[in-house]
Amino acid sequence: MPHQTSLKTVKRSNEPFWWALFSAGGVIAALCVPVLLFMTGLAIPLGWMDAPGYEAMYTLFENPLSRLVILVIVSLSAFHWAHRFRFTLYDGLHLKHLNAPVAFFCYGCAILFSAYAAYSLYSF
Amino acid sequence: MNHANTTTTIDLEVYRYRPELETEPTFDTFTVPLRSDWVILDALNYIKDEIDGTLSYRWSCQMGVCGSCGMMANGEPILTCASFLKNYAPGPIRVEPLANFPVARDLIISMDDFMEKLNRIKPWIIVEEEKPLEEGEYLQTPEQLDEYKQFSMCINCMLCYSACPIYGMEPSFIGPAALALAQRYNLDSRDHGNQQRLDILSTDDGIWQCTFVGECSEVCPENVDPAGAIQQYKVASTNDWWKSKLMPWGNKK
Repeated sequence: MPHQTSLKTVKRSNEPFWWALFSAGGVIAALCVPVLLFMTGLAIPLGWMDAPGYEAMYTLFENPLSRLVILVIVSLSAFHWAHRFRFTLYDGLHLKHLNAPVAFFCYGCAILFSAYAAYSLYSF
Repeated sequence: MNHANTTTTIDLEVYRYRPELETEPTFDTFTVPLRSDWVILDALNYIKDEIDGTLSYRWSCQMGVCGSCGMMANGEPILTCASFLKNYAPGPIRVEPLANFPVARDLIISMDDFMEKLNRIKPWIIVEEEKPLEEGEYLQTPEQLDEYKQFSMCINCMLCYSACPIYGMEPSFIGPAALALAQRYNLDSRDHGNQQRLDILSTDDGIWQCTFVGECSEVCPENVDPAGAIQQYKVASTNDWWKSKLMPWGNKK
């Protein structure tokens, strides 16, 4: 059988770019957010854990690596939200005809949010 | 056999559409014996034999293998040969043609769209070059068989297309069964058609329409997991996409 290749005629989707962010965000949110919520929302306020002092937190976040980790968690979670919300609008509200504006709005929010997080962490 | 069972009855509200008689579909109600060993298909055969011979529907094997008797029962896509009447008692049971497909007549849908899509994903073993006969068979270990066996159980009954809300809204979506079958061949150690299929499945009408609702895997009578196949495929396609963007020289053949 002759080797057929249809690479030139078929338009590959660019969806993998957004899906990669979505899926990375899903994984990182599932792994990190419950732990962070448990610690900052339950364990520390209810006194199950000693609150880390201001000095300790300050030292932790003086390290650029800690700030980078926070940025990655916040930003990827935002892209996870954006992708999911985009398809909620598409399929849930039948807004497929507004494809471009919906995608622009959702991913735009995630980009702005990430930029704000980056700025806040940078100027810390 | 319990005699009391044979005297009880159950009502079937059956979708009728006879294009030469009516422009809009209607429902006919038939009363059939509620026998404990009868499935919905038995009830339809009873209607056709004893009450109304004009009722049209597809069926063949009556044992969950041929995949031709799929219909909607009370809004759920099921194989009528595998769904007992007693599970719907006291009824009525609303029997309709598979959702998301055009209806040709009564309970018969037109499956042209599915057949076209099935063909598009090249559901056969693609080899670069046939081995000469004297070199023998294309051998495979049990482990290699296990890789794809689950996806090869598909009987093309199309229940998954009826259950898929995305296919309902976007008829251009290639859909669950065809995508699961693509994965059945991709995961076969004898097949080398991965790249050819990736070119078809990585389009907007391919895997990227899927939002992982998962209903396809819920309704599958053969326990194939199309939703899982599509997710596996998304990972493969994403890796391929990043590779082609970051290393454009890597994929040239």
